Amino acid sequence: MIRRLLIANRGEIACRIIRTAHSLGIETVLAASDADLDSVPARLADRVVKIGPPQPAKSYLSVGAIIAAAEGARCDAIHPGYGFLSEKAALARACRDAGVIFIGATEEQLLSAGDKWRAREIATAAGLPVVPGGMIHSAEEARALIADIGMPALVKAVGGGGGRGMKLIRDAADADATIALAMAEADAAFGDARVYVERFIERGRHVEVQLLGDGTNVIHLGDRDCSIQRRYQKLIEEAPAPNLPPALQSRLREAAVAYGKALGYRGLGTVEFLVDDARGEFYFLEMNARIQVEHPVTEAITGLDLVAEQIAVAEGRRIKQDDVAFAGHAIEFRINAEDAGHDFRPSPGTVTSAVFPAGESIRVDTHIEVGASVPPFYDSLLAKIIVHGATRGAAIDRARNALADCRIEGVATNLAMHRAVLEDAAFRGGGVATNWFPHFWAVIVR
Amino acid sequence: MNLTHDDVQEIIQLLNNSSFDELKIETDRFKLTLRRAGSGGWTQETQTAPSERAAAAIAPEKSAAVTLEPGMVAVHAPLVGTFYRAPKPGAEPFVEVGSQVEEDTVVAIIETMKLMNSVPSGARGTIAEICVNNAEFVEHGRILMKLKAS
Repeated sequence: MIRRLLIANRGEIACRIIRTAHSLGIETVLAASDADLDSVPARLADRVVKIGPPQPAKSYLSVGAIIAAAEGARCDAIHPGYGFLSEKAALARACRDAGVIFIGATEEQLLSAGDKWRAREIATAAGLPVVPGGMIHSAEEARALIADIGMPALVKAVGGGGGRGMKLIRDAADADATIALAMAEADAAFGDARVYVERFIERGRHVEVQLLGDGTNVIHLGDRDCSIQRRYQKLIEEAPAPNLPPALQSRLREAAVAYGKALGYRGLGTVEFLVDDARGEFYFLEMNARIQVEHPVTEAITGLDLVAEQIAVAEGRRIKQDDVAFAGHAIEFRINAEDAGHDFRPSPGTVTSAVFPAGESIRVDTHIEVGASVPPFYDSLLAKIIVHGATRGAAIDRARNALADCRIEGVATNLAMHRAVLEDAAFRGGGVATNWFPHFWAVIVR
Repeated sequence: MNLTHDDVQEIIQLLNNSSFDELKIETDRFKLTLRRAGSGGWTQETQTAPSERAAAAIAPEKSAAVTLEPGMVAVHAPLVGTFYRAPKPGAEPFVEVGSQVEEDTVVAIIETMKLMNSVPSGARGTIAEICVNNAEFVEHGRILMKLKAS
């Protein structure tokens, strides 16, 4: 039984974890940097432990600081949230050494998921389709591989993921220079210069399947479509993926479960796929071994509390697919402190007004209220507005009203962008590809 | 106790059947204002009370005033963030004192909210002084460098 939980994160996800922990009667301790000592999660938590200066490398990314906080506050478990240390095997290992429960996958599973090439090999072995490609160690190897798989090609860092560490090659003449640059950047960013090349699929949807494993059994909690992205960062997510042929949807879910079972997966995880629905084909992209930003859309259609499920499997509870049922359609809008009117320039500052929608089937996950500070050290997520409806159309109607009622002042936001997306015929039709948003936005700006 | 999403839903259920357009609740832990919105729905504004145990927020450091000599042009921080002199750790700095720059020469980057923003010189000339240490945090508008215009 977990009695006291250290939350090694900040922002809206820290508030989210605190809410469930309190409902389960678990005491909460927030690990906070100097920039977050008076944040909303710091006010909500039972206790706050200072872990270091605002710079993430010295606070939220420091395994030593997090373990020291957990031991100092006598916590029996750590919830890492998403980002920061959530997928770092080093934290899982340090937890094991310190005798603290890590709410997440095992050390070995985190290592397999974090090495994108190894994750791909596990997918192949489990019978999942992957995009044609291969590891490259030299310029000659790269040339031969690109000649074989065809152009355009995408160079990916083995240590990357989540849209980071990718470079596109459109012209074979640029291949040598692009690969050399990708290797240098991967080395600097991830401490691992290894890269691999895959054929770039121009028109695809980003569909992912939510998994939950107890270390023995693995079940799925349905799918999500996250195709509305800008520079590989998700903006709007929905569950279930709209207009997906039922047969394709079943194959995706089965493939994801097969992947989780191949790992003997424990905890909450997501298998990401690139889906070419015109051809009825899909490819494994990567596995995310953590709770995701967009988990509330899955909660809305399943009625489950995924943080509670994470805690339950960490405590050793068993799970069954028959316990999961789906109802309706949910959409999440990420409200970021980015000025949509100025090329999404980041906009840190102090919030002077924060009015959020409320009411039936509207959920707002946020750490923002009047006077809240939005520090420049962290990501720009201010709030997630999640709407649920019996149908996708009903969810969209609810979202239009909810977003019309939302007002944030003091920092610039992307609210106007979301309102524009909701009026667009292609979005309303459902099932746009990942290349849709940049074109849509270029037209709006003009 | 803290306010939960379910609590707000329950209050709105009660308000829906009432003639009130606004409700304010104030407790030791939070303040909540619910208002009827133009769309027919409701809006919420919350204010969580500071925890007694949470330390006070750290006041931002005041940067020393920098004066400009005649003929010198300042390169200001275009936004708040962390100042870097090189494109990545270990790489050569963009410029050194004495470097010749054009208006669009990138002289530094400022990392804000995990995004790298390049800082152009803004004027043609020679870098005369670099006023901020690498990896130092800077406020919006802080003078990063001075250059002798040409």
